[in-house]
Amino acid sequence: MTRNLVIIGAGMASGRAIEHLLDTAPDNWNITLFNAEPRGNYNRLMLSPVLAGEKTYEQIVTHDDAFYTDNGINCRFGEKVIAVDRARKVVVGEKGEVPYDKLVFGTGSNPFMIPLPGHDLPGVIPYRDLEDTERMMSLGARPGAKAVVIGGGLLGLEAAAGMAAQGVDVTVVHIMGHLMERQLDEAAGYLLKKSLEAKGIKVLCRANSKEILADDQGHARALLLDDGTELPCDLLVMAVGIRPNVKLAQEAGLAVGKGIHVDAQMVTSDPDILALGECVEFDGAIFGLVAPLYDQAKVLARTLAGEEAAFVNREVSTKLKVTGCDLFSAGDFAEGEGREDIVFRDPARGVYKRLVIEGDRLIGAVMYGDTADGAWFYSLIKDGSSIEEMRDTLIFGPAAQGGASADPLSAVAALPPDAEICGCNGVCKGTIVEAIQGGAPDLGAVRAKTKASASCGTCTGLVEQLLQVTLGDDYAAPTAQPMCGCTDLTHEDVRRLIKTKPLKSQEAVWQELGWKTRNGCHSCRPAVNFYLLADWPLEYRDDPQSRFVNERKHANIQKDGTFSVVPRMWGGVTTAGELRAIADAAEKYNAKTVKVTGGQRIDLLGIRGEDLPAIWADLNEAGLVSGHAYSKGLRTVKTCVGSDHCRFGTQDSTGLGIKLEKALWGSWTPHKVKLAVSGCPRNCAEATCKDVGVICVDSGYQVGVAGAAGMDLKETERLADVPTEQEAIDLTIAFVQLYRENAKYLDRPYKWVAKVGLDWVKEKVVTDRESRAALIERFELSQSIYRKDPWAEHAAKPAAYQPLADLTLEAAE
Amino acid sequence: MSWIDIASVEDIPLRGARKIRTALGCVAIFRTAEEEVFAASDTCPHKAGPLSDGIVHGQRITCPLHNWVFDLNTGQAIGEDAAIPTYPVRIEAGRVLIDASRLTARKVA
Ligand code: SRM
Ligand SMILES: Cc1cc2nc3c(=O)[nH]c(=O)nc-3n(C[C@H](O)[C@H](O)[C@H](O)COP(=O)(O)OP(=O)(O)OC[C@H]3O[C@@H](n4cnc5c(N)ncnc54)[C@H](O)[C@@H]3O)c2cc1C
Ligand code: SF4
Ligand code: FES
Repeated sequence: MTRNLVIIGAGMASGRAIEHLLDTAPDNWNITLFNAEPRGNYNRLMLSPVLAGEKTYEQIVTHDDAFYTDNGINCRFGEKVIAVDRARKVVVGEKGEVPYDKLVFGTGSNPFMIPLPGHDLPGVIPYRDLEDTERMMSLGARPGAKAVVIGGGLLGLEAAAGMAAQGVDVTVVHIMGHLMERQLDEAAGYLLKKSLEAKGIKVLCRANSKEILADDQGHARALLLDDGTELPCDLLVMAVGIRPNVKLAQEAGLAVGKGIHVDAQMVTSDPDILALGECVEFDGAIFGLVAPLYDQAKVLARTLAGEEAAFVNREVSTKLKVTGCDLFSAGDFAEGEGREDIVFRDPARGVYKRLVIEGDRLIGAVMYGDTADGAWFYSLIKDGSSIEEMRDTLIFGPAAQGGASADPLSAVAALPPDAEICGCNGVCKGTIVEAIQGGAPDLGAVRAKTKASASCGTCTGLVEQLLQVTLGDDYAAPTAQPMCGCTDLTHEDVRRLIKTKPLKSQEAVWQELGWKTRNGCHSCRPAVNFYLLADWPLEYRDDPQSRFVNERKHANIQKDGTFSVVPRMWGGVTTAGELRAIADAAEKYNAKTVKVTGGQRIDLLGIRGEDLPAIWADLNEAGLVSGHAYSKGLRTVKTCVGSDHCRFGTQDSTGLGIKLEKALWGSWTPHKVKLAVSGCPRNCAEATCKDVGVICVDSGYQVGVAGAAGMDLKETERLADVPTEQEAIDLTIAFVQLYRENAKYLDRPYKWVAKVGLDWVKEKVVTDRESRAALIERFELSQSIYRKDPWAEHAAKPAAYQPLADLTLEAAE
Repeated sequence: MSWIDIASVEDIPLRGARKIRTALGCVAIFRTAEEEVFAASDTCPHKAGPLSDGIVHGQRITCPLHNWVFDLNTGQAIGEDAAIPTYPVRIEAGRVLIDASRLTARKVA
């Protein structure tokens, strides 16, 4: 006895279900298949290769006309179902009714369109079906065509890469900090962005769309971002997500949440109606990838056949179908107790792998560049197998299992002589070993002889291991201190590589220099943040989250968690009005202590974190700005009264001090920087123990540098004597910039000068005038961004200083 | 469990933290990656440093006062015999939800 089965939607899920039905019980059902699209089943996933010109539509059709005819399926393609009458058990199509015994919803999902002004203009499309694909392909025929894609997820990037392959000028606009943030972590997102950019695709992250602008004909012509940027486009593709298509089911009175509710047998709240695919919600989950949908199709077919089966939601893995962007991600990164990361990077090949382990199980994997082991990791995740035994070598994949040693030395020893060690200079293992056996005893000698590790330096570790393998105990490994446990490179190496490679983001540093952790630690990250902003003031944006709390909150944290507030007093000079404002603020915000500091200004101690924006706003009003008493940056410029008042004063030491402070304030430096200017050699401002100290004399200015009066005590060394105030200022700025560009993080100038030598500093700052001018120019460029009051900026957004929520106000139970 | 919506995930800086007031004292909500949050006591067991003011790296937090480092999954201090309590928290549709059953309960007299 055949019964009537009606299926709404000829999609990926229902297509698979039909196959299973025909396999098990071909004659039981009289099937009617509705599809709103004017065609039958095709492989929706493969639209991207069609777009990229790698396949034709014909090649991706899964069920052709012959299939439907041979199997006696009544096709109602191009006809939408407009209602389901459950009382009469009929489906109402646009061209008429069909009765059913069993009904299946496979209506898929609708692309979500952000309701930006202009989202409904012609020229704005989603990416879902063949029509959308054809719209995008038609752009390729137009020379100079431009497209903007909103959304840096799987779909958006496939759309972007496909159009780019057709010769379209494509920009991707993504709201999050990195691409495909659901599937990838930042490191893999960075590599993906790099690969896409290499294909000529522009990628803007953290970009907020504001409006789609129309031309005279009312067609979309550009996307406007909220920072004012206009991105011209002939076509705008929105690929920001999907919503289960539940309208019809809802109108028919089925239970619907985010999707159509189904049980594990794929039955809806009506026992004669089943549903599967992206339109359903099962156990709180909705679906966006085909793997689980295929499982649903199997279960649905068995349920219809009256057999027992239950759907189980399992882990999915993702790959991006863009040629040359090899990525893989599977499992869970977002939740779980007691997890551990294993990270592997091979910068030369652009490879990144990260495994997430919980207890003795693998629960997540992200890979970029080399995804050959993806399937193996995925099966470990799915099966929940114990990885206890192979933990140490797990990241090297299945090939490394089975007794192979993980000792890096034996790995190097095992390399064949023609294995390339230094990618930059094309030096292979044999050449290096020969050089060592021919009498090169250390890294420097190997470098000189073979050029290995003489360029980017990332193979230095390998060369050292070769020295060790070849010379055995005769080789004494160098004792250079790595920055921290996250890398084997020294601060100096990292600074050099940031400049030469060049590296302009934290992710670039982590990846290209092979960091062993996800994003550094409290010790290396502040250093890397400083190196990047010092070397790339325009390209790199300072990252407050990589700063110690004092620099992030622009106040000094105290042992009880309160803060101290020190306004700047230029050159130690203040006014009655400023003092009044400070006194008012001290009272209003209950400063526990008001203290004159050793740096000629006033410290308000014991201010509550929540009050900081308010006290800053009050102080700003009186013209007071941050004194940066918390920063690795310019602290104070102490002065004495000088020629204005003092009977011995030779020059205007107060005035010079103020000028220096106004020039240097706000700049970030490797460690704090303190200056002083004394009006005569009596030196009342203690200038001879500062980072830079100027002593005024009749003939001009004696500029000394590299003094210390903290943990060490050291007199300044004379940089130069100069006749004019302007030259004293120039030398100071050039010196500070040279220090910013070269010193190791947390070396005060006296430590740094001891390493590089005062002669070298004099050469760069005093004798070589071109170099001096260039240093000053680079300092000014950096100051065009950093010479501003952070208090004013933060006082404008006080919310960040308040608790996020107050649960003590929530009623219990 | 009783999940309470406390904020948008965007309100917590990436690789940063914010604190919330609760019946058990301040609790810090850490955001380690775009879509990953943790919740733990804001108070360092060493000398009560405010952990939400520390540096977030990987799935760890470093206390701002004397650099003790805690694993956010377990609350265990690395290399110290100490730990901070952790609390269930999750992200749903861009919102941060915390299990408030322990955090709002009044102390039984
Ligand atoms: C407030 C002040 C003491 C005072 O009441 O006078 C002070 C207070 C602190 N000093 Fe200082 N130093 C202060 C003048 C000095 C001076 C004297 C000077 O500037 O003329 C020195 C010696 C000169 C020098 O800089 O070397 C000084 C050498 C240090 C050192 C040792 C630095 C070194 O390289 O040897 C540290 C530790 C560090 O920076 O690593 C330090 C660190 C600190 C810290 C930031 C400790 C900390 O990390 O919490 C203190 C912050 C207290 C707070 O919350 O405000 N403080 N400190 C002075 C603020 C000056 C200002 O107006 O900004
Ligand atoms: C370009 C692209 C690339 C993708 N790449 C991948 C990938 O690499 N890997 C992966 O796992 N997933 C991928 N996906 C997602 C995958 O295609 C979907 O998960 C899958 O197609 C969903 O299947 P479905 O049967 O639920 O819905 P669909 O395949 O969308 O089918 C639903 C059908 O129902 C029809 N319909 C809806 N309402 C009605 C109505 N009232 N009357 C009649 N017909 C109706 C629609 O017209 C549609 O044809 C991709 C998606 C796209 C768009
Ligand atoms: S001398 Fe020591 S105790 Fe005094 S302010 Fe400076 S750092 Fe603090
Ligand atoms: S208070 Fe946290 S480490 Fe000391």
